[in-house]
Amino acid sequence: MDKFVLLFRMDNTMQTPSPEQLEVYMKQYHDWVGGIAAQNKFSGGIGLSTEGRVLLPNNVITDGPYAEIKETIAGFITIKAKDFDEAVSLAKGCPMLKGEGNSVEVRKISGVHNKED
Amino acid sequence: MPLLACRGLFTMQSAELIPHLFRTEYSKIVTVLGKRFGFAQIEIAEDIASETFLTAAQTWGINGVPANATAWLYSVAKNKAKNYLQRDNLFTGKITAELKDFADEEILEIDLSPQNINDSQLQMMFAICHPAISPESQIALSLRILCGFGIEEIADAFLTGKETINKRLFRAKEKLREAQISIELPADAEMDVRLSTVLTTIYLLFNEGYYSISQNKTVRKELCLEAMRLCTMLVENPGTNKAQVNALLALMCFHASRFDARVDDAGELILYEDQDTDLWSTDLVGKGGYFLTRAASGNQLSKYHLEAGIAYWNTQKADTQEKWEHILQLYNHLLQIAYSPIAALNRTYALSKAKSKSEAIAEAEKLNLTNNHFYFALLGELYTGVDPEKAETNFKIALSLAKTEANKMAIQRKINKL
Repeated sequence: MDKFVLLFRMDNTMQTPSPEQLEVYMKQYHDWVGGIAAQNKFSGGIGLSTEGRVLLPNNVITDGPYAEIKETIAGFITIKAKDFDEAVSLAKGCPMLKGEGNSVEVRKISGVHNKED
Repeated sequence: MPLLACRGLFTMQSAELIPHLFRTEYSKIVTVLGKRFGFAQIEIAEDIASETFLTAAQTWGINGVPANATAWLYSVAKNKAKNYLQRDNLFTGKITAELKDFADEEILEIDLSPQNINDSQLQMMFAICHPAISPESQIALSLRILCGFGIEEIADAFLTGKETINKRLFRAKEKLREAQISIELPADAEMDVRLSTVLTTIYLLFNEGYYSISQNKTVRKELCLEAMRLCTMLVENPGTNKAQVNALLALMCFHASRFDARVDDAGELILYEDQDTDLWSTDLVGKGGYFLTRAASGNQLSKYHLEAGIAYWNTQKADTQEKWEHILQLYNHLLQIAYSPIAALNRTYALSKAKSKSEAIAEAEKLNLTNNHFYFALLGELYTGVDPEKAETNFKIALSLAKTEANKMAIQRKINKL
């Protein structure tokens, strides 16, 4: 089993969803991740807040990462899969793919460096 | 075992009071003496407690049970402990002659006050639920020392022989001695990690009673009640009154609320949908709700919180969309922090209720649990009303894999209903 990262990219030109809509999205998301976890193939995940800072060369710092680019990273999860084919088939169910302009990028983890607690 | 031997003597007297007294007081005496002597001498503490009850058996058998039986037991235990300490001191020469004169009473004092009993039991809980020994040993030792269960009762709970339990207890004590475990509460920095082991053991103890295949209904219920009592002690102590502890207690209250409804007089399991809800304890459901609210303080979300949430919804018998949607979401989260095959199967069942059987079948087929009879029982259940042939095939595989009579009977009933 290898580990893969699924990177979620969202089109940030779209309207911010209403709280009710967001709740529906979250349920769909957890139904999908729950299905991966039920196969014991979920390894971890990180959600990101919507605000951010982007550092550019020459000491340029922008508020919010989205000034120049159309898409933003919404978060990522790591999953266990035997190969790319399996990782892709697990990623296919991601409900974010229902949204035009969104994408899920599948990348294999090739090395990990963590601080020991 | 002297303890069991003297139980027999009391059957003529009071069937109710004495076994109860044995169990709770034995545990208190062993714990206080164990704390006083140190874990290295836990067996001496056990011997003194057993001898105390043997003396009680002999005396009470002739004179009847004294008015304050507990105080009587404590004074006998104290004297025996003092005698032991005196002999031990003389033998090891720990105390010089001069010191002995004035320090005698203070050094030899055995504190059996409610406060010290409570403190000692809490500290003993952490000493016993130590990662140095296996969870199985932790449960057996907890039952013996913290709950005062007899060897035979423990053997009955584990469906094994007394010899096996004796060996397990002996080895566990030996290991804890070798690891030089001290009987004390862990430091704040260590608390969460050590507490997690204690909670695991308490939950296993509860499950041992709740899901045990032992036919002895009384012992099974007592295991559950003891697990809840130990957890209550943790909740009542400020140092251990944490969110996850309250969540575990809530979870056990919700489960235990169905205790009287889920087993019939012959010890047979009654399935959830066939249970008489009049037998569900509203009192325990209320208590569960109280501790779940307390568990919501802080921002920690442990697996016990999620399981308690699921258990709460299971106290609502009505088959509503809302109920199953909540249960599904709770399982989705639970599986992300703690995978287990049974949670994966239950999540798939919840999916069939919240969404549709066809979606659940598609998800079930990805689970890869083909060595588990519950997996095929679930598939049988999902195909029931959709594809009777496939339902029967799956139930039959489940039947061939099922290990206990109770499980086999439950599956056979499902086949008969098709």
